[in-house]
Amino acid sequence: MTPAGERQESPAAERQDRAPLLDISELAVRFGPVRAVDGVSLQLPPGPCGLGLVGESGSGKTTIGRAALRLVRTSGGVVRYEGKDIAGLRGRALQDYRRAAQIVFQDPDGVLDPRMRIGATIAEALTAHRLAGHREAARQAGALLAEVGLDPAFAARYPHQLSGGQRQRVSIARALSVRPRLLVLDEPTSALDVRAQAAILALVGRLRAQRNLAYLLITHNLAIVSELCEQTAVLYLGRVAESGPTGTLLGRPAHPYTRALRSAVPELGSTPAARVVLPGEPPDAANPPAGCVFHPRCPLAVDRCRTEVPALRSVAPGRLAACHRAEEVLAISSASPGPAPASTAEGSPPGSTAAAPPA
Amino acid sequence: MRLAITGLRVSFGTRLVVDVDELHVGAAEIVGLAGESGSGKSMTTLAVLGLAHTVGATVRGSITLDGAELTTLSQRELREVRGRRIAAIFQSPAAAFSPVYRVGSVVHRALRLHGMSKTEATEAASRAMRQVLLSPGLLDRYPSQLSGGQLQRVAIAIALALRAEVLLADEPTSALDVTVQAEVLEVLRELRDSAGMSVLFISHDLAVVAELCDRVAIMREGRIVEQGPAARVLSAPADSYTSDLLAAVPVIRAEAGP
Repeated sequence: MTPAGERQESPAAERQDRAPLLDISELAVRFGPVRAVDGVSLQLPPGPCGLGLVGESGSGKTTIGRAALRLVRTSGGVVRYEGKDIAGLRGRALQDYRRAAQIVFQDPDGVLDPRMRIGATIAEALTAHRLAGHREAARQAGALLAEVGLDPAFAARYPHQLSGGQRQRVSIARALSVRPRLLVLDEPTSALDVRAQAAILALVGRLRAQRNLAYLLITHNLAIVSELCEQTAVLYLGRVAESGPTGTLLGRPAHPYTRALRSAVPELGSTPAARVVLPGEPPDAANPPAGCVFHPRCPLAVDRCRTEVPALRSVAPGRLAACHRAEEVLAISSASPGPAPASTAEGSPPGSTAAAPPA
Repeated sequence: MRLAITGLRVSFGTRLVVDVDELHVGAAEIVGLAGESGSGKSMTTLAVLGLAHTVGATVRGSITLDGAELTTLSQRELREVRGRRIAAIFQSPAAAFSPVYRVGSVVHRALRLHGMSKTEATEAASRAMRQVLLSPGLLDRYPSQLSGGQLQRVAIAIALALRAEVLLADEPTSALDVTVQAEVLEVLRELRDSAGMSVLFISHDLAVVAELCDRVAIMREGRIVEQGPAARVLSAPADSYTSDLLAAVPVIRAEAGP
């Protein structure tokens, strides 16, 4: 995430210096005429750390997560895990990657077989990867349930006997069972009630430190990345609009889309008067507009934006933005940050205290 | 009082799922009904629509529209109320439109069913589309050619064209992107202010409720634990359950740095 030659003066800087665990370079994914992902580069250092991918439907965030796990065919670019191109993995090396990189979906019911007991579902992952025999796998399943905050006795239950939040904990336990280093969390709390969501977020915050996890957190919810991700990339129509340290990216956006997205989020205590309303609908990814893909909806668009594609460039320390007018946007954002920052005082980087949200 | 619910009890057999002593929505008022899944929010909506029996529930108590009792009406009489005087929109707007018919044909049919002539329906549909900030030209398209936010606004346009007095909005923005949600919320505010519509807004999202609603009722396990002006309930809750819900809402942590 941090461009070469620019180092953050923060404890995170040291981690950023190390080789990335996951290195996505110029990734492109096409579905027929649709450019779902169009030249995205992102880096994720080894854990514990989180990279948030935020954006609306059609922004490509889920596709990037799938591509990182080699679950979709890419049409360009390279995804490297520990320096190795995952497209070239075969046999044992591919199996190792399938173990080291796990995914948690929005809907746990897609992961849990309704006819299998919870314990068997978790144990299956262990035996499939030949990490344990049946008896040992059953024992570990109980320990994993305890680790995600469930009674080990749940191993004997069926999915329908659990609540949605409990089922999501089970799918996390299953993902953790094979001791991954990389997780893709794809909208892990979007289907949950607010209290269950808070509990899952707290669980992720605890596990990332205990398990040394690095994760891509895919969400449309800015509050969630601000709690769990050091770095965030804002995606629009398959491209990175802006990326940088989560707190400052949200506090002082450099891209007009981030500003609009930030202001569209209803927050307790904020007034809708400060809203930046975007005209129109997101454009068709099969027919992206010329110039900047955001220009038809951008309140700041000028002639240049209609013809010239803005490069993703460094606009402030640690900050990248694909906007011709990013400096002006940063200035506007400084003058009126939109809804007041909720907790500047405790604005520590996520991963320290912020990674443990109120339960 | 436009819509008044008194002593409403909805049950499946012996299991009571809604037990609401009092809930009302005044003219040109948006009232939020907030709570977690299973709290009885949607069953309350179904009861108001006179549809609770279709899922096997029994309803006791009183539901009045402008003082007239709805629970004693026959299904035939209810059809004059449901969809016309009390309209409803749901989480998935696509479910309200058949994929094989043009959007306009669905709108037209709804208006014709409630007694409009062909020309009246055409005019009313175009006018209502503009009120929800959509081009009437979209009526010629198929549902798959519209976004979720556009379809939700068309569903609202049907209610507008029929001059519905009450709109039941059951999680109408939960499936929408935030920028699109912002537009739908704006349309709902506009309906309240210019058309004087009464809205019962059902949501699990307290931040959305805080932004949109005049009053709010917090529901838990079928009962309303607290209700009052949204600004008061959500800033100084009297019930500990409301406080728990508020504490669980994730907060955007932003910094002013570079």
